[in-house]
Amino acid sequence: MTTWTLSGALNRALFDALASDARVVVFGEDVGVSGGVFRVTDGLQAEYGDRRVFDTPISEAGIVGAAVGLCFAGWRPVIELQFDAFSYPALEQIIDHVAKMRMRTRGRVDMPITIRIPSFGGIKGKEHHGESPETYYAHTAGLKVVVPSSALDGYTLLRHAIANPDPVIVLEPKAKYWAKEDGELDGDGPGIGVGRVLRHGDDVTLVAYGSMVARAGESADALAAEGIGARVVDLRSLSPLDDDLLQRCAAETGRVVVIHEAPRHVGLGAEIAARVMELAFDSLAAPVQRVTGWDTPYPPASLEDGYLPSVERIVAAARTAVAY
Amino acid sequence: MADLKDQPPAHWAGTAPQRILAPDGTAVGDPAVGLDPAGLRELLRWMLVARRLDRECIALQRQGQLTVYPGFEGQEAAQIGSATALAAADFVWPTFRELAVALVRGVDPVQYLQYHRGTWHGGPYDPRATRFGPICIPIATQIAHAAGYALGQQLDGTDAVSIAYFGDGATSEGDFHEAANLAGVWRLPMVLFCQNNGWAISVPTAKQTAGEIWRRAEGYGFPGVRVDGNDVLAVYAATRDALDRARRGDGPTLIEAMTYRIGAHSTADDAGRYRADPDVEAARAFDPIVRFRTWLLAAGHADEAFVTACEQEAEAYALEVREGVIATPVPPAEWQFDWVYADPPVTFERMRGEALA
Repeated sequence: MTTWTLSGALNRALFDALASDARVVVFGEDVGVSGGVFRVTDGLQAEYGDRRVFDTPISEAGIVGAAVGLCFAGWRPVIELQFDAFSYPALEQIIDHVAKMRMRTRGRVDMPITIRIPSFGGIKGKEHHGESPETYYAHTAGLKVVVPSSALDGYTLLRHAIANPDPVIVLEPKAKYWAKEDGELDGDGPGIGVGRVLRHGDDVTLVAYGSMVARAGESADALAAEGIGARVVDLRSLSPLDDDLLQRCAAETGRVVVIHEAPRHVGLGAEIAARVMELAFDSLAAPVQRVTGWDTPYPPASLEDGYLPSVERIVAAARTAVAY
Repeated sequence: MADLKDQPPAHWAGTAPQRILAPDGTAVGDPAVGLDPAGLRELLRWMLVARRLDRECIALQRQGQLTVYPGFEGQEAAQIGSATALAAADFVWPTFRELAVALVRGVDPVQYLQYHRGTWHGGPYDPRATRFGPICIPIATQIAHAAGYALGQQLDGTDAVSIAYFGDGATSEGDFHEAANLAGVWRLPMVLFCQNNGWAISVPTAKQTAGEIWRRAEGYGFPGVRVDGNDVLAVYAATRDALDRARRGDGPTLIEAMTYRIGAHSTADDAGRYRADPDVEAARAFDPIVRFRTWLLAAGHADEAFVTACEQEAEAYALEVREGVIATPVPPAEWQFDWVYADPPVTFERMRGEALA
């Protein structure tokens, strides 16, 4: 049994991907010599050289645009955009080209690009360092979007992302980079588009992703003390969504609470609520509850705790659903 | 007072562009650019074919066979001269106005024009086989693709060069800067080919940028050259030099080809709202085809019969393309689902079933 942090497991996934496919290249800001601001690329350049692992100028659109051109030349780029809000300069490249190039070329040119973006809040970060950009990407046809919640699953998801022939956005929860998990890494674990049940319960389903999965788990503990059995679903994949899992859990528990850090308005919770309604309306015993960040810009560090979904808010929403 | 006809377009002011043929067709530089007489005649043939096809495309749009079409009349020398200098392995990253380049690369114009017919985004031709990238509408974004492709060639150790086409307006975009900067830092085998045609839709170059575009290269650490974009020999020579430089491992070059957009931005644009007809008529005095034809005939490399044969070929070709375009059917509905993903998600397949039920 080995103890892994999420940062360490992602780092191992990159090592293993570079070893298994000679066309994989890793680049981005500070990913080379420094090993990345969160150390996810630590040691890669020393092992694989500065032709396969290299630093770029501060140039998010250029990084993504270069990845598109590299795909035409038969490479498999794994790129890092250093922080959630710093991925926005590259949105045009991602939405207009990365997501559409395969269709535009009638399948002649795949875009097997992995875009890693350290994301979400909870680290008392500076402005523009705590945002939840998932909806921008999940809304774009042609992209896949995954969010690991733990070290071991981070390895699995990143290996799948790199191996996938389509572009995959990997949103890595910064708040969980140093969270530890014991176990063995498995590149063949559940793939993209597959969620998982982390805790069983029959009264209510808590649906979460990223760092909110652990908070859902804490909430389930609190609810258990009140005699409420909460099921915890880790979505893992935001695009595509695991409709079958959502349908099954909604049908079996009749009550669903969706939790995310992003603002509520047009957040992923809206999509999940709609799907649950479409797929399991007859089984629902209560309206789907949403526990989310507020519809404000991400606040300064001192106000962060009041913005992020808390155990108290999640438990209250679950109680509301159960009592409905 | 000078005759207006003698005045070059306003945006040509400043540094004199490299020139081999004067606007009247007399040689002011060395016409021995490395092309034999047959190669020289090809330049004229391609320019005549391209212009005739361009006019046919505008007619096709007026007749409802194309949705919107962006013409390139006046830019034939810039496109044919640069495209002719390319090696087969080099890769072109076009905008939406490089039909003449596409022809030289062997792209089937009927396939190319499906973009403007509204039957396929990007163009259904094979970009890898033709080494001509998908038609790119978002301004300047393709320059970064060119940089990435050049990086790929550098990593693979090939001698292929990436050439990005863009306009004067594109140099105001962030992606131009980011791509040029990457090209400089990584010494990429790349040519940044700017056709400065004086207009970004309605905005003239003077309102687009205060400096001369070719000079920007210095800031990125590589050479820039300003060439007369209506002088096909000068364009050919400048592009060939830039390609040679890139192939030697000496990095990128920025070429600013001074030309003029004779037509509107596209068939959806009314250029009369922002520029005067006399300016356009004056620019016609610098027509690239007249200039080269005059020299070619005077130099004895071709005769009138050759020109006539080219014009006949161009006419027949335009009509052939017309028939091909008109015969292009609406694509089947399932095509909008067929190539979105290489590994389509289950939920996506369910939606396909819903849509096509």
